[in-house]
Amino acid sequence: MKFLPLVWRSLWRRKIRTIFTLLSIFVAFLLFGLLMTIRAAFSLGIDLAGLDRLVLIHKVSLIMPLPVSYQTRLQAVPGVEMATHNTWFGGIYQEPTNFFAQIALQPEAYLKMYPEVHLPPEQLRAWLGDRQGAVAGRDLADRFGWKIGDRIPIQATIWRPKGGGSAWEFNLVGIYDAEPGFDKTNFFFRYDYLDENRQGGEGLVGWYVVKIQDSSRSREMGATFDEMFANSPAETKTTTEKGFVESFAKQIGDIGAIMIAILAAVLFTILLVVGNTMAQAVRERTSELAVLKTLGFSNLRILTLVLAESLFIAMLGGGLGLALAWLFVQGGDPTHGMLPAFVLPRRDVITGVWLMAVVGVLAGLLPATTAVRLKITDALRRN
Amino acid sequence: MSWLRQIGAVTLLSLRTIPQRLGSSAVAVIGIAGVVIVFVAVLSIAEGFFAAMRGAGSPTRALVMRSGADSEMTSGLGGPETDIIKQAPGIFRDGPRVLASAELFVIIDLPKRSTLTPANVPMRGIEPTAFQVRDEARLVEGRMLQFGTNEMVAGRSASRQFAGLSVGSEVKAGQVTWTVVGIFEAGGSAAETELWCDAHALQGAYRRGNSYQSVLVRLESPQSFDTFKNWLTSNPQLNVSVRREIEYYSAQSALLTRLIRTVGFGIAALMGIGAVFGAILTMYTAVATRAREIATLRALGFNTVSVLISVLAESLVLAALGGALGGIAAYIGFNGYQTSTINFQTFSQVAFAFAVTPSLLIQGLGYALMMGFIGGLLPAVRAARLPISSALREL
Repeated sequence: MKFLPLVWRSLWRRKIRTIFTLLSIFVAFLLFGLLMTIRAAFSLGIDLAGLDRLVLIHKVSLIMPLPVSYQTRLQAVPGVEMATHNTWFGGIYQEPTNFFAQIALQPEAYLKMYPEVHLPPEQLRAWLGDRQGAVAGRDLADRFGWKIGDRIPIQATIWRPKGGGSAWEFNLVGIYDAEPGFDKTNFFFRYDYLDENRQGGEGLVGWYVVKIQDSSRSREMGATFDEMFANSPAETKTTTEKGFVESFAKQIGDIGAIMIAILAAVLFTILLVVGNTMAQAVRERTSELAVLKTLGFSNLRILTLVLAESLFIAMLGGGLGLALAWLFVQGGDPTHGMLPAFVLPRRDVITGVWLMAVVGVLAGLLPATTAVRLKITDALRRN
Repeated sequence: MSWLRQIGAVTLLSLRTIPQRLGSSAVAVIGIAGVVIVFVAVLSIAEGFFAAMRGAGSPTRALVMRSGADSEMTSGLGGPETDIIKQAPGIFRDGPRVLASAELFVIIDLPKRSTLTPANVPMRGIEPTAFQVRDEARLVEGRMLQFGTNEMVAGRSASRQFAGLSVGSEVKAGQVTWTVVGIFEAGGSAAETELWCDAHALQGAYRRGNSYQSVLVRLESPQSFDTFKNWLTSNPQLNVSVRREIEYYSAQSALLTRLIRTVGFGIAALMGIGAVFGAILTMYTAVATRAREIATLRALGFNTVSVLISVLAESLVLAALGGALGGIAAYIGFNGYQTSTINFQTFSQVAFAFAVTPSLLIQGLGYALMMGFIGGLLPAVRAARLPISSALREL
């Protein structure tokens, strides 16, 4: 500890160099934070998907509908806590580029199924009392500046209303919040409103979500469901919600692998720059180190001094970079709700801190060992 | 003249001393190369996707969908409506054959070869004229499907990206079993990700009755589009939207291409800052180690401008080297890399290849030179300002 001033002094003997090195690491970890946020956004809340929730889709493909009658059959299976259904609406709000998910569902059942979604009780009451009622996620409402009471017209692409034309109208009765990482860009409305007013497709739903009592039996329960509907016109394929979300995220392509490849390139480059700087800083001080050794500094202490210096640079620069990334993420999604989630996962922050330590040690290791190996007589003579 | 000669001489001198500072010069080169690799690689994804989507469209073809539908996925046309559409003027007619194909577009769940996870593979029900309407499509393996049966032909990219799509294999979807009888190519475009089968067979399998989703027609010429469109939109029996096929696909690629480009430029800009710091450090080191040499030159009468330019030139040469290395590495590593992603408009997979285009390589090199210039500027000024007497004394 008492050698801290020594480390401090040697750091600032070349101010410009230290500042540039700090900035390089700062930028690297700023990038790290942002890329990890993008990665988390594209993995679509996999961490939050429940294992006790199973998703049933039509076996041929997700776009094929299932009969609404499956709900009672599913609920009758022993071990099932509850079952509810969702239907994709796929409409357009003003412009096709204003994409967001609109889902027709059963309000009470949905909120019971997803306790991570928070809707104030009085808004739920209003929703249950208004067939045309709809609720929007906080991010979605912010994106378009919607307020409770607004009337929201949506153009149908799949389900056209009975009255002709293609416009559906909804009353915004609530805005839901959710635990971090849960998609707050959805638009939910009542299935009964859709079913009564659409041309064709009556009694069809998109997919089912089933909550089971014992999550360790998910595989077995899934097989039971699929067997139940085998050889019917609408055979099903059941997966855990986690598996479903994961496999959908994989459809986007390997965003995660691309982000990690980029980060590897960034960190490698930074390591090179910092390592080179550190090596140079030690080389310049050869004679000083020799003097320290003459004074009786042990090899271990010399090693610690040099490593402390590079660790300090890595931790300070990296810490600031990661902190800025975190602050930026707190500031909200710059795409205004185009990404389903915009959070910097805690796990990645911890990984980041570890990476800083690794970069610091690796960058300091070579110069530190050179410093340790230094022969006093040679080093003093060199000058 | 002597000015130029001076600059030339000093620049050559500093370039010749690079080998003495191999270590620190390599840092700048590799740092810049790293940035260029990432820059080119990320943008090559956007280029590849854009090329695949745009290649799927042709200006001499028009796509008719229900008005209000933004993609084939959400469109719907009744059988009688498609018959009316086929009577429109402006469609290319080959004797009695009208080059129009009423089609269905659905998705089918198939495992991705690389991860064995399910993927939404687009499946298109076509009419016998479809291959004539799309003149770039041709069979390269197996035979044409027989209409009226559950046979299908798979696109080249589809058979590469998804498991179980070689000639002779069977695909079970619900209670229908499809047999793959051929593989087709369509100029590397997004159409190659599709599976094509008889539209009537698909109507049965997906319980669609006598309905379709779109009609694709080959026009007599790109100019006959307006005639064709006006006839359809003014027909009171129809409620359809008509688009040139190329515009339809370009619009579909716009969102993802823009997203990737934004991310790519953003990452490259941030990384570039890091690389510029690296270059600055390298050049400061170069100036510091050559302080005595530079001071000697100055003492001999070489002017400050030539010293300044020589340092900048060194930085630019290192940057160009880094840019070239990065570009070559990105080309070798990523060009033609086959992958697929989901197209959110149709909710289905699109296979494409990363495309490292010459224009990307030039952009990468330009970016490298920019980093080299910024990185060399401060050290160059420092070198030019070096006080001769103290620098000569320095070690």
